[in-house]
Amino acid sequence: MTIILVLLVVVPLLTTILCAVASYRVSAAATVVTGIAAFVGAIVLVPTVSAHTLTAIRYLRADALSVVFLLATCFLYAVTAVYAVGYLQTARDVSDGEEERRAYFAQHSRRFFVGFNAFAWSMMCAPLVNGMALLWIAVEITTVISALLVALDNTEGATEAAWKYVLIASSGLGIGLLATIFMYFAGAQVLGQSYDLAFDPLLAAAARLPDTPVRLAFVLAVVGYGTKVGLFPVHTWLPDAHAEAPTPVSALLSGSLLAVSFYAILRYYQIATDALGPRFPQTVLLVFGVLSLLLAALYLLEQQDIKRMLAYSSVEHMGILAIAVSFGSPMALTGAMLHVLAHAAAKGNAFMGAGVLVRKFGTKELDRMADGVRLLPWSGPLLVATVMSLCAMPPFGLFRSEFQIVAGGFSERRNAGTAILVVLVTVAFLGLSLATTRILFRVRPLSSDGRLELPTLTVGEPSWWMVIPMVAGILILLLLGLMPPDQLLVLLSHAADTLRGRPA
Amino acid sequence: MSVLAAAPGAPSVFDGFANAVALVVLLLEFGMLRASLLRAQVRLYAGQSLAVSVLAVVVAVGHHVPELYVLAALSLALKVVVVPLLVLRLLRDADAEIAGSGALGVASEVLISIVVAAFGFFAVGVLDIHSNVLPTAALSLSIAVVLVAFILMVVRRDVVSQAIGFFSLENGASLASLVVASGMPLILEVAFLFDLLVAVVVFGVLMRTHQRRSQSLSTEHLDRLRG
Repeated sequence: MTIILVLLVVVPLLTTILCAVASYRVSAAATVVTGIAAFVGAIVLVPTVSAHTLTAIRYLRADALSVVFLLATCFLYAVTAVYAVGYLQTARDVSDGEEERRAYFAQHSRRFFVGFNAFAWSMMCAPLVNGMALLWIAVEITTVISALLVALDNTEGATEAAWKYVLIASSGLGIGLLATIFMYFAGAQVLGQSYDLAFDPLLAAAARLPDTPVRLAFVLAVVGYGTKVGLFPVHTWLPDAHAEAPTPVSALLSGSLLAVSFYAILRYYQIATDALGPRFPQTVLLVFGVLSLLLAALYLLEQQDIKRMLAYSSVEHMGILAIAVSFGSPMALTGAMLHVLAHAAAKGNAFMGAGVLVRKFGTKELDRMADGVRLLPWSGPLLVATVMSLCAMPPFGLFRSEFQIVAGGFSERRNAGTAILVVLVTVAFLGLSLATTRILFRVRPLSSDGRLELPTLTVGEPSWWMVIPMVAGILILLLLGLMPPDQLLVLLSHAADTLRGRPA
Repeated sequence: MSVLAAAPGAPSVFDGFANAVALVVLLLEFGMLRASLLRAQVRLYAGQSLAVSVLAVVVAVGHHVPELYVLAALSLALKVVVVPLLVLRLLRDADAEIAGSGALGVASEVLISIVVAAFGFFAVGVLDIHSNVLPTAALSLSIAVVLVAFILMVVRRDVVSQAIGFFSLENGASLASLVVASGMPLILEVAFLFDLLVAVVVFGVLMRTHQRRSQSLSTEHLDRLRG
């Protein structure tokens, strides 16, 4: 089993290197194959890590918690790789003919595939590395690679978004580095001056760690890594970057990058609960979670840009995750783990659907889109289903996870927190579903001057490569909602157990 | 004044020297804040990195941590030579000399930074975190450096100053790591530095893209994305 762990970390890197030299067709094929293979590899790990923690060559480690996040990342890697083929294909059709534009496309697609694979690789490394310091390094690498991907389209908006993103996220990670240093200091009081911040010794010593440095490290970690999770008030880069990045990258950013950064916070949470007791870390997460959820719900009500709307929905879901962890009951924690997976599938799908709409209508503004269900006979209905699932409607996976979170909150008598959660999620539901209904079912676009006509568009999908991954996403959401496999449930409950602190 | 009182009696030569170097790092941070020539700012950054490298050597000598020599050499090569040269080359290409006016006047910037730095200094002081490698005052100073670096990024409106702000924030973090985590294995320290190098390259690429697109280094018009 350890060999799979090593392969998961090595193979995407090799694909990245291959894409730097290979032609467009080879790169596309290699990316799709690697993505699907990575997802299969992650699934194969599930039964093993449910039984025991896996370590390889000292610096790699996988337990139930990390594999939950690995599954989310690898699933999105696979589907967005397929989607990217269609996404680039439609761009290539446009640029067919002229020699100059074809050369531009070759360069653009090469950069895209290199960056895309490197980005997926770094996000797979983050949950698999063993130790706080390596985790920080992996998360920092995700930042710099994704910043370049955000800038890839080389428009004015993309440049602005990339600069804001790299500056804000790197500063956040600067705070994350301070958290790592203080955690090191705390550990050094028990483990001696020279050790490598690996998880297992640190967790074993957690109960004996000094209070103040752990407290400081945890809060710094929540603020620092929270910058990348998109927690209020350090979320400001998030809507810009999500809206301006190429769509497959937006899907990865939203479904996977935010979750992976949340994973980093969870590792600190794990140590902090063991060292300080659950009360302090839970309160911190509850405050950040509620504020993020509040902000996102309000912004969702009045959004003009389809990708920004989905970005705020990501802030909302990260807020839900933070609140779920702050409840601390086994049911809420299992729900949170399921939520990570279901949100990855749903948000990936939503961005992919939005990407199809953007290609079709040639704009990101909601007011200029209409009649999506008729014009896009597959993506239209799929997007409706996806948005319903994002709003936690049955029978999809997010319904099950949010139901568990709410039930877990009430069972712990966190009535106020749970009530706020339910109210704000409902507000967000209103914003999301209103906007989507408008663009998909209204016959004619509603512009501010009311006279805008649709350009003459024909019925049909831009590319089947962009539809197939959405079908896969919906099937996964149905599977998670209706009959999650037993193995998966075991994995989720083990992951939840690791977050509960040591048995009293 | 609990920070200073933590070490009873007169500080040893080693402590005094370490504190002095940490203080130099903070003063250079203030220098960057008020430097109006971009070139001067980059030079001050190189000086600050040099001070951090010197401190690494001091700790290596004083506490017999031989790995820190390697770290000091690497950080000298990267942060004192490579990074400033990269930024200076960009400046030469961009043909820009003077940073655009900040969001505030220099005097107010410095006043705010003094308040923030004092807050950081004393807030860490009362946390009562003792290190057996360096005096606690150095830790407080490093947090002050980080906070002033944030002010620098907030008030300046050009990509070079903002990037330098981030790099110097990392210097502050290195300082903190020397104080409380000097035993960290060399491989991790090297990985941190390598990471910084990657970040610098990416910052450079984005600065260049920005400069090509807008023909300036100012971030004034980077305000189209809202809501």
